[in-house]
Amino acid sequence: MSDWRPCAPAAARSARARLLMGLRAFFAARGVLEVETPILSQGAPQDPMLESWVAEAPDGARGYLQTSPEYPMKRLLAAGASDIYQIARVFRGGESGPRHNPEFTLLEWYRHGLDHHALAREVVALIGELAAQTPEWCSPRGCEEVAYADLFRSTLGVDPATVDAAELEQVAAAQGFSVGGELDRDGWLDALISLVLAPDFPPDRLTILVDYPESQAVLARPCPGRPGYAARFELYWGALELANGYHELTDPDLFRQRRERDIAIRRARGQPLPPADPHLEAALDAGLPDCAGVALGVDRLLMQLLGRAHIVDVLDFPWPRA
Amino acid sequence: MATYSTNEFKAGLKLMLDGDPQAIVENEFVKPGKGQAFNRVRLRNLRTGRVLEKTFKSGESVEAADVMDTEMQYLYTDGEFWHFMVPDTFEQYAVGSAALGDAGQWLKEQDVCTVTLWNGEPLSVVPPSFVEMKITECDPGVRGDTAQGGTKPATLESGAVVKVPLFVEEGETVKVDTRSGEYVSRV
Repeated sequence: MSDWRPCAPAAARSARARLLMGLRAFFAARGVLEVETPILSQGAPQDPMLESWVAEAPDGARGYLQTSPEYPMKRLLAAGASDIYQIARVFRGGESGPRHNPEFTLLEWYRHGLDHHALAREVVALIGELAAQTPEWCSPRGCEEVAYADLFRSTLGVDPATVDAAELEQVAAAQGFSVGGELDRDGWLDALISLVLAPDFPPDRLTILVDYPESQAVLARPCPGRPGYAARFELYWGALELANGYHELTDPDLFRQRRERDIAIRRARGQPLPPADPHLEAALDAGLPDCAGVALGVDRLLMQLLGRAHIVDVLDFPWPRA
Repeated sequence: MATYSTNEFKAGLKLMLDGDPQAIVENEFVKPGKGQAFNRVRLRNLRTGRVLEKTFKSGESVEAADVMDTEMQYLYTDGEFWHFMVPDTFEQYAVGSAALGDAGQWLKEQDVCTVTLWNGEPLSVVPPSFVEMKITECDPGVRGDTAQGGTKPATLESGAVVKVPLFVEEGETVKVDTRSGEYVSRV
């Protein structure tokens, strides 16, 4: 039997429309300009943790569906654009589950002159305003900013910038947690955040994790005076990761170094290597202004506002029905 | 050796883990936006029945368990083993009490059960969802109590004890749902 009907209830559709209107009103009131950039690109991110969908034309031309609008938006900024935002459909290979759909809606915005702390506060203000607009929507109760390093020190007693994979495995075992398959240091950090630490975040609270180990922050600038850490934040609502932001890396040489590291990881793991976007590097060479940027999962925000646990509760046609 | 990759994981898939065959009850994809992907799975140990949670790095492969469900007819017990037969091939299997588990109380000769084989050895037995059995022992019903929907214990020919309505008498045959252990009707 054909699953032609939408998955989500009609109420989720009207809530989504209201949410999109609320987002646009928020940015209009702050003078942030809505932009559109290509969904299909000639290059793709080489980040080993992101797999791009490949699109092929009948004449053999290949393109890559965007995993986020980050690169073209940074090119706009380097070309002199003011504060900008975009509500983009993005695509990530191999990501499907209760909180993942391979195609989803990402809200991404950039603010001149803000650092990641200030931008995180703007994300919190945005969520607060949206939640307040509709009385029946869930509203977060409070917000706490925690340094990534402090969280690991206070809960697991390790310094995430210097700890190695074997120590993290021991720390995990002491929590009764193990993982099938070999993980490197960053893999263990991801496992501990996602499966051990974030599940303990208070369910109603927004948690801002700031200053990630540099190995976990490709396009964030290094934290001044804190070697090993970079200016990245993540925002969680309860245990659900909603947004990821950077005080943006503007140093093109450091960008090239980190990209080489990513390429080396992809090669070592035998992952496919898509062609790099040549324009991003040129834009960084031309000069990206001092700015902070963030990407927020709109479908997940809608899940939290409506109190739904599964992404198919807010998507009419998730991938199996798309 | 057959293996399954985490991207083939789904409920019902049977894996070999810690030396035991285990069935996936629930599979959940977990991934930080900028990080490593994992599969968090809930598994039921098919030998012990115990349910546990395990996390795998996405992309890992896990050995498949050679587990097969086969319809078999229950023949008889010699006190130590319960003997079953595959109707088509007449092939017989002797099931010990550990593998038999709670299914023993619902066994009636000739009934067709699902026997799970692991590497050709019986691992567990699931009785038919409904069985019809004779009541071998129960107190006489007390007239007048039926209106209150009261029940009384009745012992069946297999030894199982079920609650039956007061109007049901010793010597009658009743239908029982083996999944809940509840009386369904008189036959």
